[in-house]
Amino acid sequence: MPHRFPLAIRLLHWTMALLIIAMLFIGAAMVSTASPAYASLIALHRPLGIAILLLAALRLVLRFATGAPPLPADLPRVQQRAARGAHILLYLAMIGLPLIGWAMLSAGGYPVRLTAGFVLPPIVPRDALAYGLLRQTHGLIAFAFFALILGHLTVALIHRFVRRDGVLETMGFARAAALDPELAEPEEADEPEVEPAETPGP
Amino acid sequence: MITARPPLTTIAAIAAAPILLLSGFAWAGGWIGPPRIGGGTIADALESNAGKHEGYRRAHAKGVCFTGYFDASGGADALSRTPLLRSGRHAVIGRFSTGGGKPFATDGRNVFRAMALQLTGPDGEIWRLAMDHTPIFPVATPEAFVALQRAARPDPSTGKPDPAAMKAYLARHPETRAYQDHIAAAPLPDSFANSTYYSINAFRFIDGAGSAHAVRWAFEPEAAFGALDKAALASLPTDHLFTDLGARLARGPLRWRMIVTVAAPGDRTDDATVPWPAGRRRIDAGTLTIARAEPEESGACRDITFDPTILPDGIALSDDPLLAARSAAYASSFGRRAVEAPGPSAVGKTLSQKGR
Repeated sequence: MPHRFPLAIRLLHWTMALLIIAMLFIGAAMVSTASPAYASLIALHRPLGIAILLLAALRLVLRFATGAPPLPADLPRVQQRAARGAHILLYLAMIGLPLIGWAMLSAGGYPVRLTAGFVLPPIVPRDALAYGLLRQTHGLIAFAFFALILGHLTVALIHRFVRRDGVLETMGFARAAALDPELAEPEEADEPEVEPAETPGP
Repeated sequence: MITARPPLTTIAAIAAAPILLLSGFAWAGGWIGPPRIGGGTIADALESNAGKHEGYRRAHAKGVCFTGYFDASGGADALSRTPLLRSGRHAVIGRFSTGGGKPFATDGRNVFRAMALQLTGPDGEIWRLAMDHTPIFPVATPEAFVALQRAARPDPSTGKPDPAAMKAYLARHPETRAYQDHIAAAPLPDSFANSTYYSINAFRFIDGAGSAHAVRWAFEPEAAFGALDKAALASLPTDHLFTDLGARLARGPLRWRMIVTVAAPGDRTDDATVPWPAGRRRIDAGTLTIARAEPEESGACRDITFDPTILPDGIALSDDPLLAARSAAYASSFGRRAVEAPGPSAVGKTLSQKGR
């Protein structure tokens, strides 16, 4: 059984965590303002959303190909199921939210401009009602996604600091020996330490 | 593995992370901190003046669609690398409208009028232009726009704005007074067809070498000028301008020349209330031909938001703060009306009453 996720998934997880948090903040900020920041934020929102979509698709493929480390055996079944459900929802949001954004702009007749001269094609036909509904859905899912992320973060911290069961470490970069916090102390003591001041000279 | 209740410090440390993130999010979204003017604030201000007319644009609610084409002369080719200004013909969808948020307002009361265009280039790139028939705008910033709307809000008991509120507003905004003076002095064109339409905001043309040129533009009509009698505006038929447009188009297409004005160093690009001095370099960029008009029910313009920040490569935003504000406000208006069932347009209603 693997003790943690493959390196590629771990790197994707933390990169995407930063991108997604930034994206949710950008989305909330751009809707709140009619200042010149609105134009800059919206110009950032579109390419960042497409980047998240591509990374999420890559991650989903990797995730299916490599699986996940098992949850602790003593975790109650209801919590195991909740974890599974929450992760399915997280993946749905990562992939669905950018797609809904793209569809919304398509339906509203907005060009999906990523950079100068690079415009993505529409993915749904023009329809004002569809635009309006997709726009509302985009916002609602964004809030739900943020709530889910807060829950995900809180539960990860509980695993790390209350249960101390190594679940957070499956997404971490600590050396394998340090994975179990109970073992970490003695293991680390074995590491060669540089103590120039206290080492007597020959 | 869990043996005892975790210490309070651990619980507090764990709770701190989501709370910090949530606070940051609330700050980013403007739910905490000083109140912000967003697109929704502007749409709200417009709604509170004109009333809420579901399914219609929150500004320029009364309008008519048209189709035509733009023959670029290539005259502005050296200033912008967009294929839309290179010599050639491009399809146009557009909309004429009068100002205000009332879809059935009478034309005599709505002296403000606009022409919006969407040009589609050979590579599918889109350019939206939203122009008004005054060379300057009453306000320079979204804050002033909202303040003006609030000052002009009709008192429910009298149906008229509170003169004291408007006086206080004007005392703080001499630029709006200058605009009002301009409107009062300038003759009012008697047709959509013989009005000049101005870009209002400055933009930047980006040439093939990547250099930016600050510009404004105007569409100058071929049709001979005629002025409305300002003293008799109240007696103008309700849909006078729209009926006139239909009658003129029945006789033949209407044309405008697109004149690009290039800023001289020092000309303000961030203030739509300040006209540029006369004598600036003017370039004839092409001719717009409007071939036919159609009511919004069947025309192609109703479900387009004429957001002037939708620009092709080779045309970019200036530092005018109104541009982002227009984009945000139009997006909010579009989002609102899109989920409301669209109602009949003034033109469509009249046509259907006539039995067409």
